[in-house]
Amino acid sequence: MRRFLLIAFPYVWLLALFLIPFAIVLKISLSDVALARPPYMPQFSWDEGIGAFLSQLDFENFTFLTTDDLYWKAYLSSLKIAAISTVLTLFVGYPIAYGMARAPEAWRPTLMMLVILPFWTSFLIRVYAWRGILSQEGYLNQVLMWTGVISEPLTILNTNIAVYIGVVYTYLPFMILPIYAALDRLDGSLIEAAEDLGCSRRSAFWLVTIPLSRPGIIAGSFLVFIPTLGEFVIPSLLGGSGTLMIGKVLWEEFFNNRDWPVASAVAIILLLILIVPIVLFQKNQQRQAEAEG
Amino acid sequence: MSRLSPFNVVSLTLGFAFLYLPMLILIVYSFNESQLVTVWAGFSTKWYGELARNEAFLDAAWVTLRVAFFSSTIATVLGTMAAYVLVRGGRFFGRTLFSGMIYAPLVMPEVITGLSLLLLFIGLGLDRGILTIVLAHTTFSMCYVSVVVSSRLVTFDRSLEEAALDLGCSPAEAFRLVTLPIIAPAVISGWLLAFTLSLDDLVIASFTAGPSATTLPIKIFSAVRLGVTPEINALSTIMIGIVTVGVIIASISTKRARVKAEADERMAQRTA
Repeated sequence: MRRFLLIAFPYVWLLALFLIPFAIVLKISLSDVALARPPYMPQFSWDEGIGAFLSQLDFENFTFLTTDDLYWKAYLSSLKIAAISTVLTLFVGYPIAYGMARAPEAWRPTLMMLVILPFWTSFLIRVYAWRGILSQEGYLNQVLMWTGVISEPLTILNTNIAVYIGVVYTYLPFMILPIYAALDRLDGSLIEAAEDLGCSRRSAFWLVTIPLSRPGIIAGSFLVFIPTLGEFVIPSLLGGSGTLMIGKVLWEEFFNNRDWPVASAVAIILLLILIVPIVLFQKNQQRQAEAEG
Repeated sequence: MSRLSPFNVVSLTLGFAFLYLPMLILIVYSFNESQLVTVWAGFSTKWYGELARNEAFLDAAWVTLRVAFFSSTIATVLGTMAAYVLVRGGRFFGRTLFSGMIYAPLVMPEVITGLSLLLLFIGLGLDRGILTIVLAHTTFSMCYVSVVVSSRLVTFDRSLEEAALDLGCSPAEAFRLVTLPIIAPAVISGWLLAFTLSLDDLVIASFTAGPSATTLPIKIFSAVRLGVTPEINALSTIMIGIVTVGVIIASISTKRARVKAEADERMAQRTA
């Protein structure tokens, strides 16, 4: 009995507040817009029966998504922005993780804490901080003009470049930590062996260190790529009108256009796209666990 | 392998400068006299005074704290139960679905979680307010708690629980007297994680909040969209300060606990 309750409580909670809401999104994505409250139809009613209800559902919203340029462009552009920022985060994060793994043992807990600390600080505030830095009269332009690198202020805020910077900045800990974990486990004698066998330090790095830290690189990349794909805060605070990301499109479709069925259809497609990287990520994690176990 | 090359030193220095400079600038300019955030006009704490008089922000902060407290507390209870069931529960009907529902919210884009919960609340005819935000935050943060707690439960020596059961404890007593004290640090960090996730959440709260309850992130977001203001800088500084102090205290206390545990172990070995 006690075991039953232990399982039932979290189970029922998740069914009610995760699975059922999701089923509702799926259902509304197959419904039509209506000038009513709530603004979609058909409404389910037991009187008419399930058959009549199901027969009114259709894929119209999904065909609409394929006919209007905005949506597939937004999906493509989200994929592109997520991919570019993931690569940039890797280039910024790897040297930091590598430096941490080579730092003296006594420093490492402090360095770890310094990487994790920003993660506990408000995401919104960390994104907001860059608005002051990147704007026309912002600190970056002030410094660059003062040092004479540029004579005209650069326009960075409200462009995709600002979005890349924002993603790299906020998701950097997710990249650093798995790579650091992989490098920390790496057996130093393998590198010594490579060097003894005539590798230069640099080629030992490319031939031994990088391949052995691959699981960390893959894990970190997915941990950045997956959440960036549906990101809303960064494109809306740092991006411009030209920054097309699907999270922002969904938000506007829902709050500004009040088109719930289309917003739901946008959500369903986004999830279908996300399945691929999520499954690949899971596989990577499993392989790693097996290799260790 | 602790041989720091010049390249390592440079990349660490630049990396941490990149991580911390933006926040440092934010903090410094919160003490700026001028309304123009990008021009330094002398030291002043007047924006903190302005903030303390801003009723709308204070109300939102109070709502946010209450939501975070309730949602993280319920999430910790549910998440710990879920972790225990997943690690120790054995087989039961629908176990795969259950573990799927624990992990899916972690990768679900926030816009979708928010949208789906809003549609549920409207379907149920629930008025949007503190209650709906608490329900929403509990749902996604219980999954984070469950992941944190189950990673501790997995490494936990099961024979300790079995010994307690052999010595006449009921399963509930074994959990309370043996399991809970051992997993307590994970439960506490799960609670802290849930609390900060709730404090921080903009997207899900925007979907599930009603006109009667606005959280701080929603207020900040709408102010920030219009531009950078010194008041928001002051607010950010306070939030960064609280988090920094919290994390430092937490890391010192876990370090103390570890040192004490190691000392206890040595004592136990000596007496044995």
